[in-house]
Amino acid sequence: MDLSSFLLQQIINAVFLGSIYSLIALGYTMVYGIIELINFAHGELFTAGAFIGVIVLTALQQMGFVETHFVLTMIIVFVMSMSYVAVLGVAVEHVAYKPLRTSSRLSALLSALGMSIFLSNGMMLSQGVSDRAYPQVFGIEGIEFMGARITNGQIFIIILAVALMVGLQLFVHRTRLGKAMRATAQNKTMARILGIDIDQTIRITFMIGPALGAAAGVMVGLHYGAVRFDMGFIFMIKAFAAAILGGIGSIPGAMLGGLIIGTIEVMWAAFLPSAWKDVTTFTVLIMVLYFKPSGLLGEGTTEVRV
Amino acid sequence: MIQKELKKLVVYGAFLVIILTPMLGFRSTTFEPGRVLKILGIFMTILVLNIVVKFIRSQKKDDGRKKTPWTEVVRKRINRYPKVYTLGGLLALAFAFPMFADNYMIDVGITCLIYVCLGLGLNIVVGLCGLLDLGYIAFYAVGAYTYSLLNLTFGLSFWAALPLGIVLGMVVGCIIGYPTLKMRGDYLAIVTLGFGEIVRLVLNNWDSLTAGPNGLFGMKRPALYYPSFGEDGFTWVTYYLKSLPSLYYFILLIAILTIIGVRRLDNSRIGRAWIAIREDEVAAELSGVPTTWIKLLAYALGAGFASVAGAFFAAKLSYTNPNFFLFMESCIVLCIVVLGGVGSIPGIVVAAFVLIAAPEVFRGLENFRMLAFGGIMTTMMILKPEGLIPASRRRRELRADQEPPPKD
Repeated sequence: MDLSSFLLQQIINAVFLGSIYSLIALGYTMVYGIIELINFAHGELFTAGAFIGVIVLTALQQMGFVETHFVLTMIIVFVMSMSYVAVLGVAVEHVAYKPLRTSSRLSALLSALGMSIFLSNGMMLSQGVSDRAYPQVFGIEGIEFMGARITNGQIFIIILAVALMVGLQLFVHRTRLGKAMRATAQNKTMARILGIDIDQTIRITFMIGPALGAAAGVMVGLHYGAVRFDMGFIFMIKAFAAAILGGIGSIPGAMLGGLIIGTIEVMWAAFLPSAWKDVTTFTVLIMVLYFKPSGLLGEGTTEVRV
Repeated sequence: MIQKELKKLVVYGAFLVIILTPMLGFRSTTFEPGRVLKILGIFMTILVLNIVVKFIRSQKKDDGRKKTPWTEVVRKRINRYPKVYTLGGLLALAFAFPMFADNYMIDVGITCLIYVCLGLGLNIVVGLCGLLDLGYIAFYAVGAYTYSLLNLTFGLSFWAALPLGIVLGMVVGCIIGYPTLKMRGDYLAIVTLGFGEIVRLVLNNWDSLTAGPNGLFGMKRPALYYPSFGEDGFTWVTYYLKSLPSLYYFILLIAILTIIGVRRLDNSRIGRAWIAIREDEVAAELSGVPTTWIKLLAYALGAGFASVAGAFFAAKLSYTNPNFFLFMESCIVLCIVVLGGVGSIPGIVVAAFVLIAAPEVFRGLENFRMLAFGGIMTTMMILKPEGLIPASRRRRELRADQEPPPKD
C-alpha cells in the first residue's frame, strides 16, 4: 500500500471516528447550552445505549430476523436504544440536576459526577465486568477505491450519523420546540416570561442529547464488536474535547470539533506511537481551554447557541 | 396530597420498570425476571417509605419548635466535655489500636489513614478553595513514583526522597493549576480529569523510566535511625519499619501532622482567602485577595499532602503500578470530602474511616462499593450539601441567615 492510499484510508477512518465523536459531543453541547453544566453522566448514557443495542440485536439475531429484514432490524435496534436512553436521560435530569438547579455549581457538578459513578457501576453489576460481544451483522465486504477500503458498516454508520445531525439541525431551527430550546439557552428568565415551559425544555434536551449519544454507542458497538461497562469514560473525555474545541454550546461546533478530534487521533495512531494517542487528545483539550476557551465556533462568532 | 404522591409513585414506578428491565433482565440472552423484581422491589420500598415518612410528618402537629438534627445532638453531647479530653481519648484509642487489632485490621487502619491524608489534602482544593479537582490522584501517583524512582535508582532513603517528592508534587500541582486558573468550575473539573489521566498514561507508557504497567518494586521501607554504642564505637543503626504496627504508627503520625497542618491553614489568613474565593471570586479579588497566587497555593499545598501520602503508600507496599491511580480513586477521595462535609476536618476523618473501612468489614457487599459511593455523592448533594459534620464556619454561615448559600 503506497502512501497516498494509506493516507486516504486514514482519512476514511478519521471521518468515521469523528462522526461518532461528533454525535456524543452534540449531547454535551446541547445540555451545556441549556443549563450551563457538563453532563458528567453522558458517557454512561452512551454506554447504556450500546448495551441496549447489543441486547436487542442479539435477541433479533436469535429470532433469525437479521438475515430476513436487515433494514428493519437496524431501525428497531437504534430506535429502542435511543428511546431507552432518552428515558434514562430524563430520569438522570430529574434525580441529579433538577433539585440542584438553584444551588451552587459545585454541588450540581458533584451530584452529576455521583450519578455517573452510580450508573457506570450499576451497569457493571448488571451486565458484568467483561466485554460483551456484539453480533457481527456487517460482513467484511466493502468498497475499494484507490487502494483504500471502506466497509459497508462504516458507510452505514457515517450516513446514519450525518442523517441524525441534519435531523437535529432541522429540529432545532425549524420546530417550535427547537425554537424554545434556543430561547431557553439564550436567556432563561426571558424565555420563562414569554411562556416557555423551562422544565419541559430542559427535559427534552436531556432526551435528545443522550439519545444521540446512545446512537453513537450502538455504532461503536457495531464497529468494534464489543461493549464494556467503562468504555464511556474515554469516549466522554474525547467527545468533551470535541465539544470544547468546537465551542461549547454550538451545534455546528460540536460536529466540527468531533471531526478534528477524530482526525488528530487517527493520524497520531497512524504515524506516531499509538500508545500516546489518548495523551494527545487530552493535551489538545487543555491547549484549547487555555488558549481559546470559547472554541472555534463558540459564542461571538456565531449566533447559534443551543 | 396522598393522591398526588400516589400518582408520583406510579410515574416513578413506570420509569423504574423501563430503566431496570433491559439492564437487569438480560445479562445473557435469556430474560431473568427475578433480578429485575428484586432490585425493583428495593427501589419501590424506598419510594413507599419516603411517602410514609412524608405522610407521618404532615400528620404530626407542628409545635413551632425547630427540631435539632441528630448530628447536632451528637455534637452537643461531645462538646459538653472539654475538647482536650475528646481529642486525647481519640488519640489514645488510635495509639492503642494495634495492640488489640490483628494484622488485617491494622492494614485496613493504615489504608484509612492514607485516605484521611488524601481527603484532607483535597479538602484544601475543593473544600476551602472551591475548585473541583478530579485528577487529584495524580499527585498521589507523583509522590509514589518519585519515592520509588529515587530509591531504586539513587538509593535515596525515604526521608531524603520525601522533601523532593513534596516539591515535585507541588510543582506538578502548579503546572496543572496554572492553565486552569481562569477557568470556570466545570471546565476545571474536566481539565483536571484530563491531567490526571495524562499522568497515569505517562506512567503507563514510559516503559524505560517507570517499567510501564508492570510497575516498580523493591523499594525500601521508611527507616528510623538510632544511635548505638556497640563494640566498634558510636554508630547509627537503621531500623526499617517493616512490621504493620510500626507502619501504622508512622502513617498515624503523618495523618496527625496533616490534620494539624490543614487546621492551621484553615484558620490562617490564607485559609480565609481561600474561603473568600470559594464564596465569591470577584468580591475576593476586589477586597485585595491575590486570587491567582492563592489559588495556585491551594493546588500546590493540596498536591504536597497527596504526595506525602503517595510516598508512604509506595514505601509501605514497596510496589507501585499505574493502575493504583485510576480515575475511580480520585472519585473515592472526592466522595470522602463530600460525605464528611466540604471544608470540615473532623467530617473528613470520620468519612474516610466510614467509606474505607465499611467495605472491608462487609466483605460480601464489596462489589457495591463504588455504586454506593456514587449514590452517596448525589444523595448528599441533594439532601445535605454541607456534609455529615459541617465545618463550624460553614454551619455558622448557614445558620446566621436562612438564605441559601450564594451562587457562584
